[in-house]
Amino acid sequence: MHESREHLQTLTEIRSLMERSSKFLSLSGLSGVSAGVVALAGAFVVYTRFRWQTLLPAPYGDRITSQLHGSDRTFLILVAVAVLALALLFGVYFTIRKAHRQGLSVWNNSSRQLVRSMAIPLLTGGIFCLALLSYNLIWLALPSTLIFYGLALVSGSKHTLRDVESLGYCEIGLGLLTLCWPSYSLLAWATGFGLLHIIYGLAMYFKYERNTA
Amino acid sequence: MNQQLLANFNKAFESKARLSIMSVLMVNDSLSFNAFKELLGLTDGNLATHLRALEEAGFVSVQKQFIGRKPNTTYSATDTGRQAFTEHLNALEAFIRGI
Repeated sequence: MHESREHLQTLTEIRSLMERSSKFLSLSGLSGVSAGVVALAGAFVVYTRFRWQTLLPAPYGDRITSQLHGSDRTFLILVAVAVLALALLFGVYFTIRKAHRQGLSVWNNSSRQLVRSMAIPLLTGGIFCLALLSYNLIWLALPSTLIFYGLALVSGSKHTLRDVESLGYCEIGLGLLTLCWPSYSLLAWATGFGLLHIIYGLAMYFKYERNTA
Repeated sequence: MNQQLLANFNKAFESKARLSIMSVLMVNDSLSFNAFKELLGLTDGNLATHLRALEEAGFVSVQKQFIGRKPNTTYSATDTGRQAFTEHLNALEAFIRGI
């Protein structure tokens, strides 16, 4: 009896080893929540400066978008960079905290794989969106960030919590949908990066972390 | 009956450490010595012995390279190793079902 329990214990350990070695499971739900809050703040800052009309596509807003000065573009890029930096900062902080609590290292085989698989879609998307921005196609750049971010999540989900995959599909769907109603692009952006992150983060937090936190 | 089942058990995978090493290599393309050490919590000597045994059996292949000046040894499962491990697991399963 005692021996069979020992064997079961061994099997459980091996299963956890397989999972831990191939998946990065220290991703914290709070990282998602903080990224969402930062994104909402960023979207609000952009909204107060431009209102909706400025971000309309050519048929409706050609007159206005053509007036988008260099300074406006710099402002948009600055906000985007600030949002990205803050979201990453908080995200990395909460994830490091969770990894430490689990007694795991943060920079290991599985996190390297996660970063690598997300990097290609993200870098491609980043450069693509900068190009759109340089042509003043802001209404197109906003959904594009959603689509490429969603692709990065789907590709990265193999190396972390499976739930990330569904978040990725939501972001892609939202991005594609926004292409049909571009006047809502800022709203969609705030929903995708803000609201969805907060909902996903809270769901993950309550699903995996509440008991251990 | 049981005797026959036991014949399919592979001696190379007998210890818990070796079972763990092979399991981890089944789900990862390759893994470094240090990654193994961190995952399994074994001492250098102990881990090296187990890895060498699996290497000698032809179940694990070793790639030695340098990152800058630091040597970096990575391990991956060979096709023979994957097949042998799968057969071992099947034998285990059949054995457990037979109980």
